[in-house]
Amino acid sequence: MIQIEKLRKTYRSRGRELTAVDGVDLTVREGEIFGVLGRSGAGKSTLLRCVNLLERPDEGRIEVDGRDLLALSGGQLRAARQGIGMIHQHFGLLSSRTVAGNVAFPLEVMGVPRAERAERVAELLGLVGLTEHAGAYPAQISGGQKQRVGIARALAGRPKVLLSDEATSALDPETTASILALLRDLRDRLGLTVLLITHEMDVVKRICDSAAIMRDGRVVESGTVRDLLLRPGSELARDLFPLPAADVRPGTTVVDVTFEGEAAGRPFVSSLARTYSIDVNILGGAVEDVGGTRIGRLRIELPGGPELNAAQLAHLREAGLTVEVHPVPGTEVAA
Amino acid sequence: MTWDEIWPLLRQGTVETLQMTVWATVITAVLGALLGLALVVTDRRGLAPLAPVHHLLGLVVNIGRSIPFIILLVALLPVTRAIVGTTIGTTAAIVPLAVSAIPFYARLVETSLREVDPGVVDAARAMGASRPQIAWKVLLREARPGLIAGLVVTFVALIGYSAMAGAIGGGGLGDIANRYGYQRFETNVTYAVVVAIVVLVQIVQLLGDRLVRRLSHR
Repeated sequence: MIQIEKLRKTYRSRGRELTAVDGVDLTVREGEIFGVLGRSGAGKSTLLRCVNLLERPDEGRIEVDGRDLLALSGGQLRAARQGIGMIHQHFGLLSSRTVAGNVAFPLEVMGVPRAERAERVAELLGLVGLTEHAGAYPAQISGGQKQRVGIARALAGRPKVLLSDEATSALDPETTASILALLRDLRDRLGLTVLLITHEMDVVKRICDSAAIMRDGRVVESGTVRDLLLRPGSELARDLFPLPAADVRPGTTVVDVTFEGEAAGRPFVSSLARTYSIDVNILGGAVEDVGGTRIGRLRIELPGGPELNAAQLAHLREAGLTVEVHPVPGTEVAA
Repeated sequence: MTWDEIWPLLRQGTVETLQMTVWATVITAVLGALLGLALVVTDRRGLAPLAPVHHLLGLVVNIGRSIPFIILLVALLPVTRAIVGTTIGTTAAIVPLAVSAIPFYARLVETSLREVDPGVVDAARAMGASRPQIAWKVLLREARPGLIAGLVVTFVALIGYSAMAGAIGGGGLGDIANRYGYQRFETNVTYAVVVAIVVLVQIVQLLGDRLVRRLSHR
Protein backbone atom coordinates (compact mmCIF):
# COMPACT_ATOMS: atom_id res chain seq x y z
CA MET A 1 0.00 0.00 0.00
CA ILE A 2 2.90 2.29 0.80
CA GLN A 3 6.18 1.76 -0.98
CA ILE A 4 9.18 3.88 -0.14
CA GLU A 5 12.43 3.47 -2.05
CA LYS A 6 15.85 4.96 -1.45
CA LEU A 7 14.38 7.99 0.23
CA ARG A 8 16.80 10.76 1.11
CA LYS A 9 16.12 14.16 2.60
CA THR A 10 18.77 16.65 3.63
CA TYR A 11 18.15 19.93 5.40
CA ARG A 12 20.46 22.84 4.87
CA SER A 13 20.60 25.72 7.27
CA ARG A 14 23.36 28.29 7.62
CA GLY A 15 25.75 26.20 5.58
CA ARG A 16 25.28 23.12 7.74
CA GLU A 17 23.80 20.00 6.26
CA LEU A 18 21.71 17.49 8.14
CA THR A 19 20.61 14.33 6.45
CA ALA A 20 17.37 13.52 8.22
CA VAL A 21 16.45 10.54 6.07
CA ASP A 22 19.38 8.69 4.60
CA GLY A 23 18.34 6.12 2.02
CA VAL A 24 15.27 4.48 3.51
CA ASP A 25 13.37 1.61 1.91
CA LEU A 26 10.07 0.65 3.46
CA THR A 27 7.06 -1.35 2.43
CA VAL A 28 3.76 -1.16 4.26
CA ARG A 29 1.30 -3.84 3.24
CA GLU A 30 -2.39 -3.22 2.85
CA GLY A 31 -4.34 -3.44 6.08
CA GLU A 32 -1.40 -3.55 8.44
CA ILE A 33 -0.37 -1.21 11.20
CA PHE A 34 3.26 -0.37 10.66
CA GLY A 35 5.22 1.41 13.36
CA VAL A 36 8.44 3.30 12.87
CA LEU A 37 10.23 3.46 16.18
CA GLY A 38 13.08 5.78 16.97
CA ARG A 39 14.38 8.48 19.24
CA SER A 40 13.77 12.11 18.48
CA GLY A 41 16.07 13.22 15.71
CA ALA A 42 16.19 9.77 14.16
CA GLY A 43 14.43 11.09 11.08
CA LYS A 44 11.16 9.26 11.54
CA SER A 45 9.06 12.40 11.48
CA THR A 46 10.68 13.57 8.26
CA LEU A 47 10.11 10.12 6.80
CA LEU A 48 6.41 10.26 7.64
CA ARG A 49 6.03 13.78 6.31
CA CYS A 50 7.52 12.61 3.03
CA VAL A 51 4.74 10.07 2.61
CA ASN A 52 2.19 12.80 1.86
CA LEU A 53 4.88 15.15 0.58
CA LEU A 54 4.56 17.70 3.36
CA GLU A 55 8.30 17.44 2.92
CA ARG A 56 9.71 16.88 -0.52
CA PRO A 57 12.53 14.33 -0.53
CA ASP A 58 15.73 15.03 -2.40
CA GLU A 59 15.88 11.54 -3.81
CA GLY A 60 13.82 8.40 -3.89
CA ARG A 61 10.38 7.17 -4.74
CA ILE A 62 7.12 7.22 -2.83
CA GLU A 63 4.19 5.18 -3.94
CA VAL A 64 0.88 5.23 -2.07
CA ASP A 65 -1.92 2.97 -3.28
CA GLY A 66 -0.12 2.44 -6.56
CA ARG A 67 0.41 6.13 -7.29
CA ASP A 68 3.83 7.67 -7.66
CA LEU A 69 3.36 10.82 -5.57
CA LEU A 70 6.44 12.62 -6.83
CA ALA A 71 5.08 12.48 -10.37
CA LEU A 72 1.86 14.33 -9.46
CA SER A 73 1.09 17.96 -10.26
CA GLY A 74 0.05 20.38 -7.51
CA GLY A 75 -3.66 19.79 -7.97
CA GLN A 76 -3.27 16.03 -8.31
CA LEU A 77 -1.16 15.96 -5.17
CA ARG A 78 -3.83 17.84 -3.20
CA ALA A 79 -6.41 15.34 -4.42
CA ALA A 80 -4.12 12.47 -3.44
CA ARG A 81 -3.63 13.97 0.02
CA GLN A 82 -7.38 13.95 0.52
CA GLY A 83 -7.14 10.18 0.29
CA ILE A 84 -4.34 9.99 2.87
CA GLY A 85 -5.47 10.79 6.40
CA MET A 86 -3.02 12.21 8.90
CA ILE A 87 -3.15 12.70 12.64
CA HIS A 88 -0.73 14.85 14.58
CA GLN A 89 0.98 14.88 17.96
CA HIS A 90 -0.50 18.26 18.86
CA PHE A 91 -3.76 17.54 17.06
CA GLY A 92 -3.65 20.55 14.70
CA LEU A 93 -7.25 21.51 15.34
CA LEU A 94 -8.70 24.87 14.38
CA SER A 95 -9.33 26.68 17.66
CA SER A 96 -11.95 28.89 16.03
CA ARG A 97 -14.13 25.98 14.97
CA THR A 98 -16.23 23.58 16.96
CA VAL A 99 -15.57 19.86 16.99
CA ALA A 100 -18.12 19.41 14.19
CA GLY A 101 -16.61 22.36 12.31
CA ASN A 102 -13.17 20.81 12.50
CA VAL A 103 -14.42 17.53 11.10
CA ALA A 104 -16.28 19.42 8.37
CA PHE A 105 -13.12 21.28 7.34
CA PRO A 106 -11.62 18.61 5.07
CA LEU A 107 -15.06 18.09 3.53
CA GLU A 108 -15.20 21.80 2.70
CA VAL A 109 -11.73 21.55 1.22
CA MET A 110 -12.94 18.68 -0.96
CA GLY A 111 -15.99 20.65 -2.04
CA VAL A 112 -18.60 18.35 -0.49
CA PRO A 113 -22.05 20.05 -0.53
CA ARG A 114 -23.30 21.43 2.78
CA ALA A 115 -26.15 18.98 3.36
CA GLU A 116 -23.97 15.98 2.68
CA ARG A 117 -21.30 17.46 4.92
CA ALA A 118 -23.54 17.59 7.97
CA GLU A 119 -24.53 13.98 7.48
CA ARG A 120 -20.95 12.81 7.06
CA VAL A 121 -19.75 14.81 10.09
CA ALA A 122 -22.41 13.16 12.26
CA GLU A 123 -21.34 9.77 10.99
CA LEU A 124 -17.65 10.46 11.64
CA LEU A 125 -18.28 11.80 15.13
CA GLY A 126 -20.27 8.65 15.88
CA LEU A 127 -17.33 6.58 14.67
CA VAL A 128 -14.99 8.10 17.24
CA GLY A 129 -17.59 8.47 19.98
CA LEU A 130 -17.82 12.25 20.10
CA THR A 131 -21.42 12.87 19.05
CA GLU A 132 -22.19 14.67 22.30
CA HIS A 133 -19.29 17.06 21.90
CA ALA A 134 -20.12 18.22 18.38
CA GLY A 135 -20.73 21.80 19.52
CA ALA A 136 -17.72 22.11 21.85
CA TYR A 137 -14.59 24.05 20.96
CA PRO A 138 -11.20 22.31 21.08
CA ALA A 139 -10.22 24.34 24.15
CA GLN A 140 -13.13 22.82 26.05
CA ILE A 141 -12.28 19.15 25.53
CA SER A 142 -9.53 16.83 26.80
CA GLY A 143 -6.42 15.76 24.91
CA GLY A 144 -7.83 12.33 24.18
CA GLN A 145 -11.01 13.86 22.83
CA LYS A 146 -8.97 16.26 20.71
CA GLN A 147 -7.14 13.35 19.16
CA ARG A 148 -10.48 11.67 18.45
CA VAL A 149 -11.51 14.81 16.59
CA GLY A 150 -8.21 14.57 14.72
CA ILE A 151 -8.94 10.97 13.81
CA ALA A 152 -12.51 11.74 12.69
CA ARG A 153 -11.16 14.59 10.58
CA ALA A 154 -8.48 12.38 9.07
CA LEU A 155 -11.10 9.85 8.04
CA ALA A 156 -13.39 12.40 6.40
CA GLY A 157 -12.12 11.69 2.90
CA ARG A 158 -12.53 7.90 3.34
CA PRO A 159 -8.77 7.39 3.09
CA LYS A 160 -7.16 4.02 2.57
CA VAL A 161 -4.06 5.15 4.40
CA LEU A 162 -3.72 6.84 7.76
CA LEU A 163 -0.47 8.49 8.82
CA SER A 164 0.06 9.02 12.51
CA ASP A 165 2.72 11.47 13.66
CA GLU A 166 3.34 10.65 17.33
CA ALA A 167 -0.42 10.74 17.82
CA THR A 168 -0.29 9.55 21.41
CA SER A 169 2.90 11.22 22.61
CA ALA A 170 1.07 14.15 24.18
CA LEU A 171 -1.39 11.89 25.99
CA ASP A 172 -1.34 10.13 29.35
CA PRO A 173 -1.00 6.32 29.41
CA GLU A 174 -4.70 5.56 29.82
CA THR A 175 -5.74 7.91 27.04
CA THR A 176 -2.96 6.50 24.89
CA ALA A 177 -4.38 3.03 25.37
CA SER A 178 -7.87 4.13 24.35
CA ILE A 179 -6.63 5.97 21.27
CA LEU A 180 -4.54 2.98 20.22
CA ALA A 181 -7.54 0.69 20.70
CA LEU A 182 -9.60 3.05 18.56
CA LEU A 183 -6.97 3.02 15.81
CA ARG A 184 -6.86 -0.74 15.77
CA ASP A 185 -10.63 -0.95 15.79
CA LEU A 186 -10.88 1.49 12.87
CA ARG A 187 -8.26 -0.44 10.97
CA ASP A 188 -10.31 -3.61 11.42
CA ARG A 189 -13.61 -1.99 10.50
CA LEU A 190 -12.49 0.25 7.65
CA GLY A 191 -9.60 -1.79 6.32
CA LEU A 192 -7.19 1.08 6.82
CA THR A 193 -3.48 0.83 6.35
CA VAL A 194 -1.76 2.70 9.16
CA LEU A 195 1.78 4.04 9.15
CA LEU A 196 2.69 5.50 12.50
CA ILE A 197 5.81 6.90 14.01
CA THR A 198 6.51 6.85 17.69
CA HIS A 199 9.26 6.87 20.25
CA GLU A 200 7.22 4.68 22.56
CA MET A 201 7.97 0.96 22.55
CA ASP A 202 4.57 0.46 24.07
CA VAL A 203 2.77 1.67 20.94
CA VAL A 204 4.59 -0.87 18.79
CA LYS A 205 3.93 -3.60 21.30
CA ARG A 206 0.22 -2.83 21.53
CA ILE A 207 -0.95 -2.34 17.99
CA CYS A 208 1.72 -2.78 15.37
CA ASP A 209 1.84 -5.74 13.03
CA SER A 210 5.15 -4.65 11.58
CA ALA A 211 7.81 -2.26 12.72
CA ALA A 212 11.00 -0.58 11.65
CA ILE A 213 13.61 0.91 13.92
CA MET A 214 15.24 4.09 12.75
CA ARG A 215 18.51 5.59 13.85
CA ASP A 216 20.44 8.47 12.30
CA GLY A 217 18.16 8.60 9.30
CA ARG A 218 18.43 4.91 8.49
CA VAL A 219 16.24 1.91 9.08
CA VAL A 220 18.35 -0.45 11.17
CA GLU A 221 15.86 -3.27 11.24
CA SER A 222 12.38 -3.93 9.99
CA GLY A 223 9.91 -6.74 9.65
CA THR A 224 6.85 -8.09 11.37
CA VAL A 225 6.93 -7.46 15.09
CA ARG A 226 6.87 -11.19 15.77
CA ASP A 227 9.84 -11.89 13.51
CA LEU A 228 11.79 -9.02 14.97
CA LEU A 229 11.24 -10.20 18.52
CA LEU A 230 12.31 -13.72 17.66
CA ARG A 231 15.33 -12.60 15.66
CA PRO A 232 18.54 -13.02 17.64
CA GLY A 233 20.20 -9.72 18.41
CA SER A 234 17.26 -7.59 17.37
CA GLU A 235 17.06 -4.15 18.92
CA LEU A 236 13.32 -4.41 19.22
CA ALA A 237 13.64 -7.48 21.42
CA ARG A 238 16.36 -5.84 23.47
CA ASP A 239 14.16 -2.77 24.01
CA LEU A 240 11.05 -4.74 24.79
CA PHE A 241 12.77 -7.18 27.15
CA PRO A 242 15.40 -5.14 28.89
CA LEU A 243 17.74 -7.65 30.51
CA PRO A 244 20.77 -6.61 32.51
CA ALA A 245 24.10 -6.55 30.70
CA ALA A 246 25.34 -10.09 30.32
CA ASP A 247 28.28 -10.88 32.54
CA VAL A 248 29.59 -14.16 31.18
CA ARG A 249 31.73 -15.92 33.76
CA PRO A 250 34.50 -18.17 32.46
CA GLY A 251 33.43 -21.76 32.16
CA THR A 252 29.75 -20.97 31.71
CA THR A 253 27.43 -20.36 28.79
CA VAL A 254 24.91 -17.52 28.89
CA VAL A 255 21.96 -17.99 26.59
CA ASP A 256 18.99 -15.77 25.77
CA VAL A 257 15.99 -17.91 25.00
CA THR A 258 13.04 -16.31 23.26
CA PHE A 259 9.77 -18.16 23.33
CA GLU A 260 6.33 -17.40 21.99
CA GLY A 261 2.82 -18.77 21.99
CA GLU A 262 2.52 -22.37 23.13
CA ALA A 263 6.26 -22.76 23.64
CA ALA A 264 5.79 -20.30 26.49
CA GLY A 265 3.68 -22.91 28.25
CA ARG A 266 6.30 -25.66 28.19
CA PRO A 267 8.68 -26.07 31.09
CA PHE A 268 11.84 -26.02 29.00
CA VAL A 269 14.16 -25.01 31.82
CA SER A 270 13.36 -27.96 34.03
CA SER A 271 13.31 -30.29 31.04
CA LEU A 272 16.79 -29.10 30.11
CA ALA A 273 18.02 -29.54 33.65
CA ARG A 274 16.53 -33.01 33.93
CA THR A 275 17.65 -34.31 30.54
CA TYR A 276 21.29 -33.30 30.98
CA SER A 277 21.46 -33.38 34.78
CA ILE A 278 22.79 -29.84 34.91
CA ASP A 279 22.04 -26.83 37.05
CA VAL A 280 20.35 -24.10 35.07
CA ASN A 281 20.71 -20.67 36.55
CA ILE A 282 18.08 -18.06 35.61
CA LEU A 283 19.61 -14.59 35.26
CA GLY A 284 16.59 -12.63 34.15
CA GLY A 285 13.53 -12.65 32.04
CA ALA A 286 10.39 -10.95 30.88
CA VAL A 287 7.13 -11.87 29.24
CA GLU A 288 5.00 -9.49 27.19
CA ASP A 289 1.72 -9.68 25.36
CA VAL A 290 2.49 -8.61 21.82
CA GLY A 291 -0.35 -8.33 19.36
CA GLY A 292 -2.32 -11.03 21.13
CA THR A 293 0.49 -13.58 21.56
CA ARG A 294 2.73 -14.00 24.53
CA ILE A 295 6.35 -13.54 23.77
CA GLY A 296 9.02 -13.89 26.42
CA ARG A 297 12.71 -13.86 26.81
CA LEU A 298 14.71 -15.63 29.44
CA ARG A 299 18.42 -15.38 30.14
CA ILE A 300 19.87 -18.57 31.57
CA GLU A 301 23.35 -19.72 32.54
CA LEU A 302 24.56 -23.23 31.83
CA PRO A 303 27.68 -24.82 33.31
CA GLY A 304 30.61 -25.27 30.93
CA GLY A 305 31.65 -23.22 27.90
CA PRO A 306 29.59 -23.07 24.70
CA GLU A 307 31.63 -25.90 23.14
CA LEU A 308 30.40 -28.24 25.89
CA ASN A 309 26.78 -27.23 25.49
CA ALA A 310 26.12 -28.02 21.82
CA ALA A 311 23.63 -30.77 22.67
CA GLN A 312 21.85 -28.62 25.22
CA LEU A 313 21.48 -25.74 22.76
CA ALA A 314 20.17 -28.12 20.11
CA HIS A 315 17.67 -29.41 22.67
CA LEU A 316 16.34 -25.89 23.17
CA ARG A 317 16.16 -25.20 19.45
CA GLU A 318 14.27 -28.43 18.86
CA ALA A 319 11.72 -27.28 21.41
CA GLY A 320 10.88 -24.41 19.05
CA LEU A 321 12.77 -21.75 20.94
CA THR A 322 14.99 -19.04 19.58
CA VAL A 323 18.41 -19.34 21.13
CA GLU A 324 21.07 -16.70 21.27
CA VAL A 325 24.42 -17.49 22.89
CA HIS A 326 26.36 -14.64 24.45
CA PRO A 327 29.98 -14.58 23.38
CA VAL A 328 32.59 -15.44 25.96
CA PRO A 329 34.55 -12.31 26.88
CA GLY A 330 37.74 -12.05 24.88
CA THR A 331 36.40 -13.91 21.88
CA GLU A 332 34.07 -11.09 21.07
CA VAL A 333 36.80 -8.89 19.65
CA ALA A 334 38.07 -11.65 17.39
CA ALA A 335 34.57 -12.28 16.08
CA MET B 1 -19.72 79.53 25.48
CA THR B 2 -22.75 78.01 27.11
CA TRP B 3 -23.53 74.34 27.12
CA ASP B 4 -26.46 74.95 24.75
CA GLU B 5 -24.03 76.39 22.24
CA ILE B 6 -21.39 73.71 22.70
CA TRP B 7 -23.73 70.73 22.45
CA PRO B 8 -24.67 71.05 18.74
CA LEU B 9 -21.01 71.62 17.92
CA LEU B 10 -20.03 68.46 19.76
CA ARG B 11 -22.72 66.45 18.06
CA GLN B 12 -21.71 67.59 14.62
CA GLY B 13 -18.01 67.11 15.39
CA THR B 14 -18.59 63.58 16.66
CA VAL B 15 -20.54 62.65 13.54
CA GLU B 16 -17.78 64.02 11.31
CA THR B 17 -15.05 62.30 13.31
CA LEU B 18 -16.90 59.02 13.05
CA GLN B 19 -17.42 59.50 9.33
CA MET B 20 -13.70 59.98 8.80
CA THR B 21 -12.49 57.27 11.14
CA VAL B 22 -15.08 54.57 10.41
CA TRP B 23 -14.56 54.77 6.66
CA ALA B 24 -10.80 54.92 7.05
CA THR B 25 -10.99 51.88 9.35
CA VAL B 26 -13.13 49.92 6.90
CA ILE B 27 -10.69 50.59 4.07
CA THR B 28 -7.77 49.79 6.36
CA ALA B 29 -9.38 46.55 7.50
CA VAL B 30 -9.49 45.25 3.95
CA LEU B 31 -6.25 46.62 2.49
CA GLY B 32 -4.22 46.30 5.69
CA ALA B 33 -5.30 42.70 6.14
CA LEU B 34 -4.35 41.90 2.56
CA LEU B 35 -0.99 43.62 2.97
CA GLY B 36 -0.34 41.81 6.26
CA LEU B 37 -1.37 38.51 4.71
CA ALA B 38 0.95 39.14 1.77
CA LEU B 39 3.81 39.81 4.19
CA VAL B 40 3.25 36.50 5.96
CA VAL B 41 2.58 34.43 2.86
CA THR B 42 5.66 35.62 0.98
CA ASP B 43 7.91 35.18 3.99
CA ARG B 44 10.74 32.65 3.79
CA ARG B 45 8.73 30.15 5.80
CA GLY B 46 5.35 31.20 4.41
CA LEU B 47 2.88 29.48 2.11
CA ALA B 48 4.39 30.99 -1.02
CA PRO B 49 7.93 32.15 -0.20
CA LEU B 50 8.85 35.04 -2.44
CA ALA B 51 11.75 36.95 -0.93
CA PRO B 52 11.87 39.96 -3.33
CA VAL B 53 8.16 40.67 -2.89
CA HIS B 54 8.43 40.19 0.85
CA HIS B 55 11.28 42.66 1.16
CA LEU B 56 9.57 45.18 -1.12
CA LEU B 57 6.34 45.05 0.87
CA GLY B 58 8.28 45.32 4.12
CA LEU B 59 10.05 48.41 2.80
CA VAL B 60 6.78 50.02 1.72
CA VAL B 61 5.23 49.35 5.12
CA ASN B 62 8.23 50.78 6.93
CA ILE B 63 8.27 53.91 4.80
CA GLY B 64 4.55 54.36 5.36
CA ARG B 65 4.99 53.96 9.08
CA SER B 66 7.93 56.31 9.45
CA ILE B 67 6.37 59.37 7.81
CA PRO B 68 4.80 61.63 10.48
CA PHE B 69 1.07 61.92 9.89
CA ILE B 70 1.04 65.69 9.57
CA ILE B 71 3.59 65.48 6.75
CA LEU B 72 1.76 62.62 5.06
CA LEU B 73 -1.38 64.70 5.21
CA VAL B 74 0.21 67.49 3.18
CA ALA B 75 2.20 65.23 0.91
CA LEU B 76 -0.90 63.32 -0.07
CA LEU B 77 -2.91 66.37 -1.08
CA PRO B 78 -2.52 65.73 -4.84
CA VAL B 79 -3.44 62.07 -4.35
CA THR B 80 -6.47 63.03 -2.33
CA ARG B 81 -7.55 65.48 -5.00
CA ALA B 82 -7.15 62.80 -7.66
CA ILE B 83 -9.26 60.29 -5.73
CA VAL B 84 -11.91 62.41 -4.03
CA GLY B 85 -11.88 65.51 -6.23
CA THR B 86 -11.21 67.87 -3.33
CA THR B 87 -8.78 68.23 -0.44
CA ILE B 88 -11.27 69.75 1.98
CA GLY B 89 -13.91 68.04 4.07
CA THR B 90 -14.36 64.77 5.90
CA THR B 91 -14.36 62.62 2.75
CA ALA B 92 -11.04 64.07 1.69
CA ALA B 93 -9.60 63.33 5.14
CA ILE B 94 -10.35 59.64 4.75
CA VAL B 95 -7.56 59.22 2.17
CA PRO B 96 -4.57 60.26 4.33
CA LEU B 97 -6.10 58.55 7.36
CA ALA B 98 -6.39 55.25 5.52
CA VAL B 99 -2.97 55.59 3.90
CA SER B 100 -1.32 56.07 7.27
CA ALA B 101 -3.35 53.34 8.98
CA ILE B 102 -2.87 50.61 6.36
CA PRO B 103 0.83 49.94 7.01
CA PHE B 104 0.28 50.25 10.76
CA TYR B 105 -2.52 47.70 10.68
CA ALA B 106 -0.61 45.48 8.24
CA ARG B 107 2.11 45.01 10.89
CA LEU B 108 -0.49 44.13 13.49
CA VAL B 109 -2.07 41.65 11.06
CA GLU B 110 1.34 40.16 10.34
CA THR B 111 1.96 39.59 14.04
CA SER B 112 -1.45 37.98 14.54
CA LEU B 113 -1.07 35.69 11.56
CA ARG B 114 2.36 34.56 12.74
CA GLU B 115 0.79 33.44 15.99
CA VAL B 116 -1.44 30.94 14.21
CA ASP B 117 -0.30 27.47 15.24
CA PRO B 118 1.90 26.13 12.41
CA GLY B 119 0.58 22.67 13.28
CA VAL B 120 -2.86 23.73 12.08
CA VAL B 121 -1.43 24.93 8.78
CA ASP B 122 0.41 21.63 8.48
CA ALA B 123 -2.78 19.70 9.15
CA ALA B 124 -4.62 21.70 6.50
CA ARG B 125 -1.88 21.01 3.98
CA ALA B 126 -2.04 17.31 4.80
CA MET B 127 -5.78 17.42 4.09
CA GLY B 128 -5.09 18.68 0.61
CA ALA B 129 -6.14 22.28 1.19
CA SER B 130 -4.96 24.75 -1.44
CA ARG B 131 -2.98 27.84 -0.50
CA PRO B 132 -5.96 30.22 -0.90
CA GLN B 133 -8.00 27.88 1.27
CA ILE B 134 -5.30 27.86 3.93
CA ALA B 135 -4.95 31.64 3.81
CA TRP B 136 -8.67 32.24 4.03
CA LYS B 137 -10.01 29.37 6.13
CA VAL B 138 -7.03 28.81 8.41
CA LEU B 139 -4.79 31.86 8.75
CA LEU B 140 -7.31 34.70 8.64
CA ARG B 141 -9.97 32.71 10.45
CA GLU B 142 -7.76 31.45 13.27
CA ALA B 143 -6.26 34.91 13.77
CA ARG B 144 -9.64 36.65 13.78
CA PRO B 145 -9.66 37.69 17.46
CA GLY B 146 -6.19 39.19 17.03
CA LEU B 147 -7.18 40.88 13.77
CA ILE B 148 -10.15 42.53 15.43
CA ALA B 149 -8.17 43.57 18.50
CA GLY B 150 -5.64 45.13 16.13
CA LEU B 151 -8.39 46.89 14.23
CA VAL B 152 -9.68 48.41 17.47
CA VAL B 153 -6.19 49.71 18.22
CA THR B 154 -6.02 51.13 14.70
CA PHE B 155 -9.44 52.73 15.02
CA VAL B 156 -8.49 54.43 18.27
CA ALA B 157 -5.26 55.68 16.71
CA LEU B 158 -7.28 57.02 13.79
CA ILE B 159 -9.49 59.01 16.15
CA GLY B 160 -6.32 60.73 17.32
CA TYR B 161 -5.06 61.30 13.77
CA SER B 162 -8.45 62.60 12.67
CA ALA B 163 -7.96 65.57 14.98
CA MET B 164 -4.93 66.54 12.90
CA ALA B 165 -6.81 65.94 9.67
CA GLY B 166 -9.46 68.26 11.04
CA ALA B 167 -6.90 71.02 11.34
CA ILE B 168 -6.54 71.19 7.57
CA GLY B 169 -10.23 71.31 6.83
CA GLY B 170 -11.39 67.81 7.60
CA GLY B 171 -13.86 68.87 10.23
CA GLY B 172 -14.59 66.71 13.24
CA LEU B 173 -13.92 67.07 16.95
CA GLY B 174 -10.29 68.07 16.47
CA ASP B 175 -11.32 70.88 14.16
CA ILE B 176 -13.79 72.19 16.75
CA ALA B 177 -11.17 72.11 19.51
CA ASN B 178 -8.81 73.99 17.23
CA ARG B 179 -11.23 76.63 15.98
CA TYR B 180 -13.08 77.36 19.21
CA GLY B 181 -10.82 76.20 22.01
CA TYR B 182 -7.46 77.28 20.62
CA GLN B 183 -8.17 80.16 18.26
CA ARG B 184 -10.98 81.78 20.31
CA PHE B 185 -9.74 80.86 23.79
CA GLU B 186 -12.99 79.00 24.57
CA THR B 187 -11.25 76.64 26.94
CA ASN B 188 -14.45 74.88 27.98
CA VAL B 189 -14.98 73.79 24.34
CA THR B 190 -11.56 72.13 24.44
CA TYR B 191 -12.48 70.30 27.63
CA ALA B 192 -15.82 69.22 26.16
CA VAL B 193 -14.07 67.89 23.06
CA VAL B 194 -11.54 65.99 25.17
CA VAL B 195 -14.35 64.40 27.18
CA ALA B 196 -16.21 63.52 23.96
CA ILE B 197 -13.11 61.85 22.50
CA VAL B 198 -12.42 59.94 25.72
CA VAL B 199 -16.00 58.67 25.76
CA LEU B 200 -15.76 57.71 22.09
CA VAL B 201 -12.53 55.79 22.62
CA GLN B 202 -13.96 54.04 25.67
CA ILE B 203 -17.04 52.89 23.76
CA VAL B 204 -15.01 51.64 20.81
CA GLN B 205 -12.59 49.78 23.05
CA LEU B 206 -15.37 48.24 25.10
CA LEU B 207 -17.29 47.00 22.08
CA GLY B 208 -14.08 45.76 20.49
CA ASP B 209 -13.02 43.85 23.58
CA ARG B 210 -16.43 42.28 23.84
CA LEU B 211 -16.34 41.14 20.23
CA VAL B 212 -12.83 39.71 20.62
CA ARG B 213 -13.90 37.79 23.70
CA ARG B 214 -16.87 36.34 21.90
CA LEU B 215 -14.78 35.19 18.93
CA SER B 216 -11.89 33.81 20.92
CA HIS B 217 -12.12 30.12 21.74
CA ARG B 218 -8.58 29.44 22.84
